[in-house]
Amino acid sequence: MYEELRNEIISLLSKQARLDGRKPEEYREVKIETGVSRNAEGSAKVKIGDTEVIAGVKMEIMKPYPDSPDDGSMMINVELYPMSSPEFESGPPDIYSIELARITDRGIRESKTLDTKQLCITPGEKVWMVVVDVCTLNDSGNLFDAIALAAEAAMEDAVFPTVENDKIDYKHKTDKKLPMRKKPITITVYKYGNNLLVDPTYEEEKVYDARLTVSVLENGNICSLQKGGDAAINTEDVFKMIDLAKAKSKEIRKLF
Amino acid sequence: MTYDKRFDGRKFDETRHMEAKAGVIKRAAGSGWFKIGNTEAYAAVYGPREMYPRFLQNPEKGVLRCHYNMMPFSSAGDRVRPGPSRRSKEISMVTERALRPVVDLSEYPNAVVDVFIELPQTDAGTRCAGICAASIALADAGISMSDLVCSISAGKVEDTMLLDLTYEEDSHEMGVDIPMAMLHNSKQISLLQMDGELPPEDLKRAIELVKKGCDQIYEVQKQALKNRFNETKD
Repeated sequence: MYEELRNEIISLLSKQARLDGRKPEEYREVKIETGVSRNAEGSAKVKIGDTEVIAGVKMEIMKPYPDSPDDGSMMINVELYPMSSPEFESGPPDIYSIELARITDRGIRESKTLDTKQLCITPGEKVWMVVVDVCTLNDSGNLFDAIALAAEAAMEDAVFPTVENDKIDYKHKTDKKLPMRKKPITITVYKYGNNLLVDPTYEEEKVYDARLTVSVLENGNICSLQKGGDAAINTEDVFKMIDLAKAKSKEIRKLF
Repeated sequence: MTYDKRFDGRKFDETRHMEAKAGVIKRAAGSGWFKIGNTEAYAAVYGPREMYPRFLQNPEKGVLRCHYNMMPFSSAGDRVRPGPSRRSKEISMVTERALRPVVDLSEYPNAVVDVFIELPQTDAGTRCAGICAASIALADAGISMSDLVCSISAGKVEDTMLLDLTYEEDSHEMGVDIPMAMLHNSKQISLLQMDGELPPEDLKRAIELVKKGCDQIYEVQKQALKNRFNETKD
């Protein structure tokens, strides 16, 4: 269906060029703004070129799960609003938004970024639940990286609300930040033929062969992976893609 | 009892600070952003495009369809569960009705113009802010329109009539909230709702307040569209 587009992208990539004039490994300008929604316990707006998403944190008190009575919990939800692309429709979350949410969730959860022990109020009875909703405003490509970055930035921005007589008073916030121990940065690398690129536009996203989403920690370790696309990749590809993700994550890490 | 000084120090007939922009969402045919105090609305227009499901198509003219939604973290209280609620469905419907009188879709039979309204933060007046943003977005999309629609609420706290209630005023136990939308040129009313108790003669005063507020909103909307036109020209 997009054969011509794919051929054009590959031919450009072989000359180290892209449709919008960028180099294959060049990211668009990234802007992170926090505190953008005052009713949320934390919030952030992330722009990557024209792509724009907004994330907000709400805190709730819940009964802990029986198998982890002194651990708080976390939920990450992604809303792909039909406002942000002609291809998104209203309705329950589709598989694309579930994949986006789960990749972001794993990057934060499996790296143990959030210290869930510190979210415990009374063991076995009450713990904090951190709910992060990431909503898309405009999809001009690379939602994977934008959503993960916005979730991370909103959680970094978040503070606990006050609690009085077991009830949360959302109007009055404390200055106590969420117990965030690490900062995973998520980068997705796309493969077209034998070429790699990062930060695709929505046109480039239509025709890739394979993609690998990598969450990278400050020490260079990786804390989540997700391979996507119809084409299989070999071991050498995997490491090339991880190396590129690591290099790019350093650039993004400088921003916040 | 009299409410003689507003919680935020405004005059009784004074709106909160307003800001607006057009063309904020690149993938959409047109878009608008409207902020009044701490209430903020984005609106994006898609279409005219073919209407699905098909049985909703109108062979006479295009259909205007609005979708109002609060982001899950936007409210002052608990998280708002994603997905449509009875409240958001009703607001979507009254938003459609508020905008329909100015929108001419006679040239687009069987088509739909979708307007998506999203609120990242709220402090009362969300349906009004949504309508103001949607009006900018429809104009930005080049949809044929006879007028701009401006929308704001008036109300009463204790014995005082007010323009543009905040959440604190709206939720006051002696508070009355009357969201309205007005067609700027004709001053006709295309949204009128109320909750609370009010002697009917007070409604006159409320309409006067809204008229004044809408004149200011119109200037803000017009400026947003002018700025958009200038940036496109460059």
